[in-house]
Parts: sequence; C-alpha cells; structure tokens
Amino acid sequence: MNATWVGILVMAVGCFSLKLAGLSVPERVLAHPMTRRAADLIPVALLGALIAVQVLGGDHELVVDARLAALGVAALLYSLRVPFLPTVVAASATAALLRLM
Amino acid sequence: MTTDRSVVVDSLGVGVATGAYGVSFGALATTSGLDVWQACALSLAVFTGASQFAFIGVVATGGNPITGAFTAILLGSRLLFYGLSLAPLLRLGRGARIASAHLVIDESTAMATLRPTTRQARLGFYWTGVSIFLLWNLATLAGAVAGTAIGDPRDYGLDAAVGAAFLGLLWPRLDSWATRAVAVLAAAVALGLVPFTAAGVPIMVGGAVAVLLGLRWAREVTE
Repeated sequence: MNATWVGILVMAVGCFSLKLAGLSVPERVLAHPMTRRAADLIPVALLGALIAVQVLGGDHELVVDARLAALGVAALLYSLRVPFLPTVVAASATAALLRLM
Repeated sequence: MTTDRSVVVDSLGVGVATGAYGVSFGALATTSGLDVWQACALSLAVFTGASQFAFIGVVATGGNPITGAFTAILLGSRLLFYGLSLAPLLRLGRGARIASAHLVIDESTAMATLRPTTRQARLGFYWTGVSIFLLWNLATLAGAVAGTAIGDPRDYGLDAAVGAAFLGLLWPRLDSWATRAVAVLAAAVALGLVPFTAAGVPIMVGGAVAVLLGLRWAREVTE
C-alpha cells in the first residue's frame, strides 16, 4: 500500500472521528472560551496559509504568475457578493486567458 | 413561518450547487497525481471538501501524503464544533449519531442551524447532507475521469481555481480585525518557509504559528 492510500486512510479515520466526537461529547467538555477561540482561528489560519502557498508557491521558491491575478479577480467578486461557483469559474477563466495571451 | 417544503427546496439548492463542485475536485485530484480510485475514495470516505482540497494541494506540490493528511485533519477540527452545535438541535440517539456523523459538513450544518425546530433542523441537515453526498461523489468520479483526459490543468486555469475556492471558504470568516490579522500572518509565515522546507510543511507551521499568536493576543485583550 503506498503513502497516498495511507494518507487517505488516516484522513478518513481522523475526519470521521472529529464529526462523531462533536455529535457525542457533552457540550461542557469543549465549552472553554479558549477552545472555542482556537476552533474559530484554526480554519482562518490554515485557509490563509493554504491560499498563499497555492497561489504563490513553486518548487522551493515563490512564483508570481496568472494565479495571483485569478485570486485578485476572486477577491473582487466575493467583495461584490458574487456566489462561490461563478467566482471560482471566473478565477479559472482569468488564469486560462492570461496564459493564452 | 418557514414551511417544511421550503426547507427541503433550499437544502436541495445548496446540495446541487455544492455537489456539482465535486467535478473540480475530481479533476484536480487526478491532475495532482492521484488515480481515479484515490479521488473517489477521498470523496466517499473523507467527505469534507476543504480537507480534501488541502490534501491534494499538499500532494500536488510534492508534499508527503501523511503531512497532507494531518493538515487536512487539522483543517477539519472545526467539524468537532459543528457536531457540538448540531447535537442539541438534531437530538439523535447513539445509533443515529454514528449513522449521521459522516454528513456533518459546512453546508449541512449551516442549513440545520438556521432552523428553529428539531423537525426542520433534521430536514435541513439530511436533505442537504445526503444530496451533497450523492452529487459530490458522482461529480468527483466524472471530474476524475475527465481530469485524466484533458491534459495540462493549467491550460484551463484549474490550478487557480483552488486558491479562489479556499478564498470563498475564508471570506465569511474575515469578519473582524483579529481574524484578518491571523489569516495574513499565517500566509506570511507559510510563504517565508516555502524556500526552506518540504512541501506541505509551510501550511501547517504557518497555520499553527498564527493560531498561537491569535490566542495569545485574545487573552491579552480579555484579561
């Protein structure tokens, strides 16, 4: 079994456990304000890091290319309250067009 | 007064829109080096869009799949709190909790917690969760098969779609000065690490540093 399958298995077990634990544990166990605060911040921090690396990351270097323009278009559309799917399509199209030029 | 019918219609609308997006996941998964079975296994067994994208994001840049898995699980930590807010609304027995846990995702939680009664919360949760599960998996298969056929995903801007999709998940959470600061800090730390560390590591370390500093900052403010 290769590493990718191991990763998939670890994720499946991990994510299911989180889902089931949330439905099952008594609320007071996780009610501490610090835990709540951490739960709010973790997705924000990870998504921030994921976006940055996804858009500017290269092979051990930072690369500015059509992806950054696409992200700019996405940010503009979200700020205009355009929904998720059209925004993602517009961002892809932006990158595709810039690469054609 | 919201009718049961409108809860179901709203849930199906969210289900179709979200499920269809599985096409992008399938296509990106196979163009990131996964095979069709692995793409489908992720959607079937993990069934948490953001975590699935995080995993292929790490794998696509040459990262270790185990690093990818832990990044994905960390990102999934919010699911714990979704369950917590759903439990008193859905009022499920032990068996029903085990059977329903897989459906706890962003959208099903949002569509359930909007509702005032247990009956409508359950309607929202199950109609949204089940419709997304079915469509997301069908769409993943379609996208994965297409992904092996379309050639270079960059020609279609598919690599840029991931950043835009993550930004869509992040956007509604950027509602305060503090969350914006944490997101920017995580991005900066991660980018700073890219040249020096193995792929996948910058995301985890950047995320962890930003959360710790964010917590410290919150404590200083509240004390």
